[in-house]
Amino acid sequence: MIVEAILLTVITASTPLVLAAIGELVCERAGVLNLGVEGMMVMGAVGAFAAAHATGSPYLGMLAGLATGAIFSLLFGFLTLTLVANQVATGLALTILGQGLSAMIGESLVGRAGVKMPSFDIPLLSDIPFIGPLLFDQDLFFYLSIAIVAGTSWFLFRTRKGLVLRAVGDSHASAHALGINVIGIRYLAVMFGGACAGLAGAQLSLVYTPQWTENMAAGRGWIALALVVFASWRPWGVLLGGYLFGAVTIGQLHAQAFGIAIPSQFLSALPYVVTILVLVIISQNRRMTLINTPAALGKPFVPDR
Amino acid sequence: MKSLKLTLAASAAAIAGFAASGASAQEDVKACFVYVGSATDGGWTQAHDIARQELEDTLGIETAYIENVPEGPDAERAIERMARSGCTIVFTTSFGFMEPTLKVAAKYPDVKFEHATGFKTADNVATYNSRFYEGRYISGVIAGSISESGIGGYIGSFPIPEVVMGIDAFQLGAQSVNPDFTTKVVWANTWFDPGREADAAKALIDQGVDVLAQHTDTTAPMQIAAERGIKAFGQASDMIEAGPETQLTAILDTWAPYYIKRVKAVQDGSWTSEQSWDGLKDGILSMAPYTNMPDDVKALAEETEAKIISGELKPFTGPVTLQDGTPWLAEGETADDGTLLGLNVLVEGVDGTIPSSE
Repeated sequence: MIVEAILLTVITASTPLVLAAIGELVCERAGVLNLGVEGMMVMGAVGAFAAAHATGSPYLGMLAGLATGAIFSLLFGFLTLTLVANQVATGLALTILGQGLSAMIGESLVGRAGVKMPSFDIPLLSDIPFIGPLLFDQDLFFYLSIAIVAGTSWFLFRTRKGLVLRAVGDSHASAHALGINVIGIRYLAVMFGGACAGLAGAQLSLVYTPQWTENMAAGRGWIALALVVFASWRPWGVLLGGYLFGAVTIGQLHAQAFGIAIPSQFLSALPYVVTILVLVIISQNRRMTLINTPAALGKPFVPDR
Repeated sequence: MKSLKLTLAASAAAIAGFAASGASAQEDVKACFVYVGSATDGGWTQAHDIARQELEDTLGIETAYIENVPEGPDAERAIERMARSGCTIVFTTSFGFMEPTLKVAAKYPDVKFEHATGFKTADNVATYNSRFYEGRYISGVIAGSISESGIGGYIGSFPIPEVVMGIDAFQLGAQSVNPDFTTKVVWANTWFDPGREADAAKALIDQGVDVLAQHTDTTAPMQIAAERGIKAFGQASDMIEAGPETQLTAILDTWAPYYIKRVKAVQDGSWTSEQSWDGLKDGILSMAPYTNMPDDVKALAEETEAKIISGELKPFTGPVTLQDGTPWLAEGETADDGTLLGLNVLVEGVDGTIPSSE
């Protein structure tokens, strides 16, 4: 059935976007703008592929991807939080470094057979027609992405620690005055972002296309960054946006194969066009932007000594 | 002056080499390469680098290369660095290096330049390309013979003549054995994005395609074809490892014979600027082993290859009708190289459109 086939590929295409974006969302909610998502993603992809290739276990690969992303993001944390380097420049540098470093690490892995993560079907539920194969017969990354979005939403808006994290992102000076460890919290948020980007990368090299090739993130990190703004910093918005982008990407390929005569370059550019449109719409409503944008986003914090 | 000295040196070396039965190194020629990708990318650039190594081994000359040179302002600096560092001949192996190559060449008239896949030349700039479409025609013959649904899938990168030519050749090949064959085309608008290529492959397979060809650079489509149990063709490199039971054959870029021929021409002073467009018969293009197909299909593929090599078969020979039904090539008429190099029409049986910028 073609609709189901299309939706199945949409899920695979959307999951890495959701994963990377939710991590960046938490990072930005804590006031740190990390433009290095693309770099952390490719590092996660190569880490995951190398570990899975060496051990034969996609699950160890997944953990390795997560760890690689988190550790790599520490470099960003150290430069921007401890040494107070410019976040935008450091983030861009992190992407460039990640692309180069992952290519170097992965040089001997190009063309090697990958390990594909099997799908994990939930008994009974996966037997439901149509919905079953779509929602209950997926790989671990899909379930994780939903769980992380739900968990993040709950954490940010239903827990005290979430409130503290948002406070740090809105006014680090006030939070500091209240005795909150701003730098510490930002480190954790940066690492969470790195871990999620690493997971997203692992999904690329273990599920999407179980192989390693240089720069295999191919711009998905940048789409994830746009998604955070698209979602105006709301976790469920990230999920929705991620699936919308995935659907547009897959939909345009099918439209072509169906012979629908829309220029394919336009269709390929559609996700970016949609982002710009949404940004324009959001920015029309200034109040809406201000409610959710972390007020201290991108601003360095130097505690008084 | 330098070129005279070089010629003298080269002839002296050639004589010396002749005396020592060709074993001695011709140290005066240094061949340099400027690559757009990494030398181990498993595709386009790696094919050039393998040829470079073969050139070095065969002629015993010194070679050098710069990899990962982006097509932009940096390219000119990279090419100039090569020209200044004592290279006798510089091969620039990406379409986007055309203008930078010409600019640098104007500044260094004593250095020879060879630009891959370009169309502009100068006194010291030659161009070279490969007739990939010959291989794609053979792929089409195979696809037409083994496809049960009669629908082939083709993942295109960008709508440039090179790619359009491949799609048409594939369809013409398939049509020659199955007149009802259609080729569904999906444009990925990328040369290199495993994820998008995989998605394109899935979309095509979901829509009933049972044999897949690609003009993008990663093995992702091959992987998807293997996963879904259909057959596919490799591109630029042998992709058999990605689909041991899937790959039918692959078009291989084997540049070494050309590089050796041109460097020898520099050595004996016969190098001139020309536009080379070789194919299967010159060895610049070859086919990966024909596998995963019945013996009669394999025989037919080999026969087709032999006919192309002998010149008996030219893929773009009439009668050929265009997609919209208008006649293009009359019976027995063969498209000339100029037409092919600027090709922007799809032939009958191709299910897809060339995206226009209108």
